[in-house]
Amino acid sequence: MSLAYLVPLFPLLGFLINGLFRNSLSKSMIGIIGSGVVLASFIISVILFFDVKNNGGAVTQYFNFINVDSFKIPFAFQIDALSSLFLLIITGVGFLIHVYSTSYMHEEPAGHFGRYFSYLNLFVFSMLLLVMGANYVIMFIGWEGVGLCSYLLIGFWFKNDNYNYAAKKAFVMNRIGDLGFLLAVFWILSKLGTANYADVFAQTAKLSATDITGITLLLFVGAMGKSAQIPLYTWLPDAMAGPTPVSALIHAATMVTAGIYMIARSHALYSLSDISQNVVAIVGLATALLAASIALYQNDIKKILAYSTVSQLGFMFLALGVGAYTTGVFHVMTHAFFKALLFLGAGSVIHAMSGEQDITKMGGLRKKLPVTYWTFLFGVLAISGFPFTSGFISKDEILLAVYSYNKVYFWIAAFTAVLTAIYMFRLLMLVFFGGFRGTQEQEHHLHESPPAMTIPLVILGILSLIGGFVQLPASFGGHDYLNEFLGSGMANVPAITNENAAAAIKEYYLLGGTVIGLIIIFAATKKFFAVDKFDSEYTGFKKVLANKWYVDELYDAVIVKPLNSIAGFLKNIFEKSGIDGIVNGVGRFVQYSSRQLRLIQSGQVGSYILFMVLSVVMLFWVFWNQEIIVQFLQKIF
Amino acid sequence: MGITEILFWGLSGLAIFAAIMVVISKNPVHSVLWLIVVFFAISGHYILLNAQFLAIVNLIVYAGAIMVLFLFVIMLMNPNAGAEPQKNMWMKFAGVVTGGLLLIVMISTVRSAVDLENKTALLNTGNIGLIQNLGKVLFNEYAVPFEVSSVLFLSAMVGAVVIGKKE
Amino acid sequence: MLIQYYIALASALFCIGVVGVLTRSNAIIVFMCIELMLNAVNLLLVAFSKMHFALAQTANAATTAGTDAQLFVFFIMVVAAAEVSVGLAIIVMMYRNVHSADINFLNRLKN
Repeated sequence: MSLAYLVPLFPLLGFLINGLFRNSLSKSMIGIIGSGVVLASFIISVILFFDVKNNGGAVTQYFNFINVDSFKIPFAFQIDALSSLFLLIITGVGFLIHVYSTSYMHEEPAGHFGRYFSYLNLFVFSMLLLVMGANYVIMFIGWEGVGLCSYLLIGFWFKNDNYNYAAKKAFVMNRIGDLGFLLAVFWILSKLGTANYADVFAQTAKLSATDITGITLLLFVGAMGKSAQIPLYTWLPDAMAGPTPVSALIHAATMVTAGIYMIARSHALYSLSDISQNVVAIVGLATALLAASIALYQNDIKKILAYSTVSQLGFMFLALGVGAYTTGVFHVMTHAFFKALLFLGAGSVIHAMSGEQDITKMGGLRKKLPVTYWTFLFGVLAISGFPFTSGFISKDEILLAVYSYNKVYFWIAAFTAVLTAIYMFRLLMLVFFGGFRGTQEQEHHLHESPPAMTIPLVILGILSLIGGFVQLPASFGGHDYLNEFLGSGMANVPAITNENAAAAIKEYYLLGGTVIGLIIIFAATKKFFAVDKFDSEYTGFKKVLANKWYVDELYDAVIVKPLNSIAGFLKNIFEKSGIDGIVNGVGRFVQYSSRQLRLIQSGQVGSYILFMVLSVVMLFWVFWNQEIIVQFLQKIF
Repeated sequence: MGITEILFWGLSGLAIFAAIMVVISKNPVHSVLWLIVVFFAISGHYILLNAQFLAIVNLIVYAGAIMVLFLFVIMLMNPNAGAEPQKNMWMKFAGVVTGGLLLIVMISTVRSAVDLENKTALLNTGNIGLIQNLGKVLFNEYAVPFEVSSVLFLSAMVGAVVIGKKE
Repeated sequence: MLIQYYIALASALFCIGVVGVLTRSNAIIVFMCIELMLNAVNLLLVAFSKMHFALAQTANAATTAGTDAQLFVFFIMVVAAAEVSVGLAIIVMMYRNVHSADINFLNRLKN
């Protein structure tokens, strides 16, 4: 437990070294430092994990971050089941992605290479701070830190204006969410005077129902921004402007799950508010469905994965909303495996295709990129819920939890899961099957990625396949190890268990349904999308989906345009005639009055004498009434 | 009311009337004449105050020498000075109001001054104003300023000549 | 005679002089008004001198208090005479240049 501070310290050191010496260190050195510090963190995280498993969690306080009278915000780390699991995900997946990046970003000049790794290390540091903090304020520091790194990395290729816009969009949308988070923290502080998790959850009785609903909804606003839920999800697909490993690490595996972590961490509050839970569930469900439907007709490989991420995040929120906190966190873990895998696989494909991201221009890559193909296939199977892959187990658990909560939600979620399988198989078919649709030059250049990229793929592929076994339902001979582990650190968690007989029957239904569904989907997508020529013109409803339900345009019309016109009004009318009017008016008044006053200086001796005499009169008067005047002045001042 | 009081009020009225006439006369020559009347009235006051030396000097220097000088200058210039350009009406009004204000302030100050209550100026008697007494003090204590004033006269004379000389 | 009467009289004469200076534009009349003001002050000085003398006399019959003021008046007359000679010379000068005794022409300060 005493090692906890080392976990974020290593990436911080890596950030400082890589950031400060990026121009003098060689690329291989930067890569070794950047990956090495994360590996060190991972090793310590493993030690911490087993420590927690054996001895339970603990809070370690280092110093007081804010210390005002009786109001104290300690700088403390809380290592318990939840945070130790997140530590493993962040540092483990993070390490693999760092290794992958050393190869993927190798074309960059040394200075930018160092900058990239320093940002990545800073991100890992912030994310660790977010997860390890023992109160909402420390979490907020990490929360802002990851937002900053996300911004920096989306706009990593800052010479492209579109990427900068995407970065700004992500930043602004995150700010909206952060405001909600911040307000929630203020609310907690004003009511309880402390932000420590332990103290807050111990004093929930002091909060009224309104307080709890308000706080949890505001926290959820923060989660919406960070985890890309309706209505703040549009930044995530645009965030694909960043390098692909960044998309894998930040925008799939870790940062976007911060919202889930936060709600899981605050489960003691959410459990007390039915309204908030319902809101979370509905928003999650709606986001899952909307994003999945959009993903059906996207042609950019990373965009599809981005919408898929949004959709999967929706699933996680759905799980949290129905009270299955441990299941939501479990899905975070499995999702981190297979989505990181898919992104890295996509990166490998993009790498092989010399930067091409349009899947209509790919095809038939199965032969040329065998390792990428097989690992990508594992990822697709996992996310589609192929039996006994990690995705199957976690998603089944979510569906079962939803089923016992609300049947309508269940059918929508199940439909969304089918959509997930469809768009993932469409992606798989378009990229790896059929004939090659790109240019001759690209075809000539096709090659399998170097080992630094394929090894992380293989590791993640294996994890995607078997990562779910920690939670294998008893019906299939497993045991809820993870639920038990997480449940040990979570008080008040409703018992969501799939161990009873009724659940077991549903498991078999789901298993059968999934197998049949996947076979049909496989056959159908192979027929439609494993083709030599692909027409990417969409019409009718497909066009609506391909254009993402026109949500960006809607936001543009409803929020951006009115804001612009208000800003234009303020700038052109209010600023010009109002503010400038006042400012210039003062100037004009001074000018006018001085022009009038100047006339007093007529050069006429007569008028000078007149003023002189008047002044003398005044002086006489003042002198004679000095006592009254002094009293008057004393009264004023 | 004794003869001194009557004289005092009479001379005061005369002085103020003549002074007003100095200001409002159109013709500068009339102004000069009215000013001479003022000086005579003031000399009368001096005599009332038993300051015979100053009364006589006032008559000789002011009414005699200086006013004659004024008359000369006026006649040298343009006897038809009636064509004085009208000053701005507002300017005139403001001047009168300002002067009136000054008077009011002074009078009110005097009226309310505690120091001046029941203090009188000695009339008719008191011989300090006689030439015999003044002469003693002038040539004993004020000998040097007296001599310096002669230098002042000399320089004023030189200055007047230099200024009045034609180029 | 009460000293306040003298002060009021002198003030009245002085203010008439001031009004004359402010309202008239003929340089000679302005100059005469200045002389009027000087005389008002002279009158006041003499009145005060006799007031002091009266006060001092009650304590000491052989006093000469007040002579100073009358000598001041004498010096003022001396200075006034000198001033008039120079001032009139200036007015003549001015008349010779602008062919008018109007002080409104004397607005060179404006530029």
